[in-house]
Amino acid sequence: MKDWGYKISIPRIIDLDRSDTSLYKQLVSKVPSAMKCIMCGACSATCTASNHTTFSFRHCHILFKRGQYSRLSDELDKCMLCGKCNLVCTQGVNTRAVISTMRLILSDMNNRNIAL
Amino acid sequence: MNFDPLVIPFLAGTFFLLIVISVKYFNWIHKLDANQVAAIRKNIFSIHTIKAINEIFHESLLHRKIYRKNRLLGYMHMSLAFGWFLMIVVGKIESLFYYGSFYDRPWLGIFFKYFARTPHHYFMIIPFSFIMDLLLLVTLSGVVLAIFKRIRSRSLGIKKTTNHILLDRIALTSLWWIFPLRLLAESTTAQLTGNGSFLTGTVGMLMAHLPVEHIELPLWWAYSICIGVFFIAMPFSRYMHIPTEIVLILLRNWGAREGEQHSGYTDIQLNTCSRCGICIDACPLDFAAQINTVQPVYFIRDTRYNHLTQEVADNCLLCGRCVEACPVGLELTAIRQQVRQKAETPGKHYFEYNKARENTKKVDIVYFAGCMSHLTPSIIISMKEIFKQAGISYWFMDEEKGLCCGRPLRQQGYLQQSKELVLKNTQLIHSSGAKMLVTSCPICYHSFKEEYSLDIPVMHHSEYIDMLMNEKKLDLAPSDLEMVYHDPCELGRNCGMYDSPRHVLNKIGHLTPVESEKEKSLCCGGSISNMAIEYDVQSKIRNNALEVLTASQPDVLVTACPLCKKTFGQNGKVKVMDIAEIVAGNIKNRFPQII
Repeated sequence: MKDWGYKISIPRIIDLDRSDTSLYKQLVSKVPSAMKCIMCGACSATCTASNHTTFSFRHCHILFKRGQYSRLSDELDKCMLCGKCNLVCTQGVNTRAVISTMRLILSDMNNRNIAL
Repeated sequence: MNFDPLVIPFLAGTFFLLIVISVKYFNWIHKLDANQVAAIRKNIFSIHTIKAINEIFHESLLHRKIYRKNRLLGYMHMSLAFGWFLMIVVGKIESLFYYGSFYDRPWLGIFFKYFARTPHHYFMIIPFSFIMDLLLLVTLSGVVLAIFKRIRSRSLGIKKTTNHILLDRIALTSLWWIFPLRLLAESTTAQLTGNGSFLTGTVGMLMAHLPVEHIELPLWWAYSICIGVFFIAMPFSRYMHIPTEIVLILLRNWGAREGEQHSGYTDIQLNTCSRCGICIDACPLDFAAQINTVQPVYFIRDTRYNHLTQEVADNCLLCGRCVEACPVGLELTAIRQQVRQKAETPGKHYFEYNKARENTKKVDIVYFAGCMSHLTPSIIISMKEIFKQAGISYWFMDEEKGLCCGRPLRQQGYLQQSKELVLKNTQLIHSSGAKMLVTSCPICYHSFKEEYSLDIPVMHHSEYIDMLMNEKKLDLAPSDLEMVYHDPCELGRNCGMYDSPRHVLNKIGHLTPVESEKEKSLCCGGSISNMAIEYDVQSKIRNNALEVLTASQPDVLVTACPLCKKTFGQNGKVKVMDIAEIVAGNIKNRFPQII
């Protein structure tokens, strides 16, 4: 391989063709407005929890959509459910329901010992 | 002749009922939590017991609360409950007179006419027969109304009735048949023996051309079987509310309240629901958004029979209109929050507070705007102006890196996370050294009052402004504004604050009352308690509420909650202002602006 002076570390590759979107489909069936999200980040900008944690709705949503579940549970736990993101959302996404449903789906998978 | 096999269905039903009820009550009382037991121990031998008995008479037998909803509906319930109760009591007294012994066989009162076939045996026969016939007539009128209610519920003040399950229908049918069958059975006996009065005697005469001696026994059997079926179905159907409401009233008067976890008290509440369906008409999700499977009546039923789905549990605004309407006074929103409880990792700390600042100056009060107020900055600007004009020094606790009060997490069942926030906020408030906490958000206000145990008083800004005016620290200029006031759910129904905001607004302009206000105030639809509905449903609820609120074409719709303001504002139909804004704009004798 030609040395370009930098390299790609393998775990950083996100292969969207091979990612598992079954859980995302489950999420969308429960909270249809999740599909309207355009990842603008208005939610993360207003977030109360982001003052005190690394929490970001946009980040969590995009990870879930791509099927990258490692450490996602811990991130989701940081949401305070205050609802500011709901009100600022430009697309009318039911953001709190998205968070809560992701939490429940992941903990359900965890309880059933399904490796993610 | 003091026994006949026809009493067997009645006796079997009665014994079955007594055994099942005893087992159930033993279990529930055994499962009461520590706080409830402590409250009961403290109050059992006190005036509270007498108050409870008074309430049992007024609510279980007469049911004043249903009368308040609709007179005809109240009469229907009273004639059935109180009428039947009196029939049992008077029947017992009558048999006591007739047989001369109180401890005689219990069925003699229930089947009195059948057994007491020698009417001139004692002198009280005429008044007793008259009273018993009158009571039967009253009870029958209740049955007629109940059947009429199935056809035209609106005449009895109910728009939508409950969809009942099969077991309820069986119990209901057997209950309805008890009284007509008793009338027919007693009438045949009256025709044969002459022991009837104005009702049974007359009906008996009308039946004279029938072979009464052959149909008498089958009718008494049918009557007995109906009672038996009703008693057997009762502990598993909606009619469990009859004995359980009495227990609930006692426990409630002794100070027992719903806790965070499911307890025996919860079971008692679940069984006290009579599925009358009064909550259906109260629920905004029903009348504004046509969602008709999630109302308390169905939620409580599903919880009681253990088939509650997450959809039903989650789909609730926690606005509290049903609690206000419930004729048996169930803590419906508390139970709703209980079933939403989620699994959490014990001992885990969910948040970091590196950026949470403590107060460093000496101040009079702590001001907590709340998350939602940060999205309606006009409220915060107005509050700052009010503090300045009244000369109050304050610490703005969540100006930059504030925390959530914890209520949203609690409402969704994340208790541990919620308590973590409560703990941190309490520490920040106490370390500030201020003498009072003022908040602009009714959600936070409710949380501070209920979930926190602060050692300083908490006030919502409407109450605080009222106080400042009373202390002459703030003087308002009157204007000719036409206003209506919307009671936010969390401030009104949940915290009982109705007067302070009205008092303040009356100083500023003309406040027009609206159709649904105070306890009956409508929800704006934006409630953070309901994550199950999306924007389209919220808008339906909002528009419905706005129609009622703007009926008088006011200049401005005033509210006291940033979330209500934000939700109503999205419609754009009417100018929406928070009470703080309108006060800040009408302060008299302003300090000169120092630039």
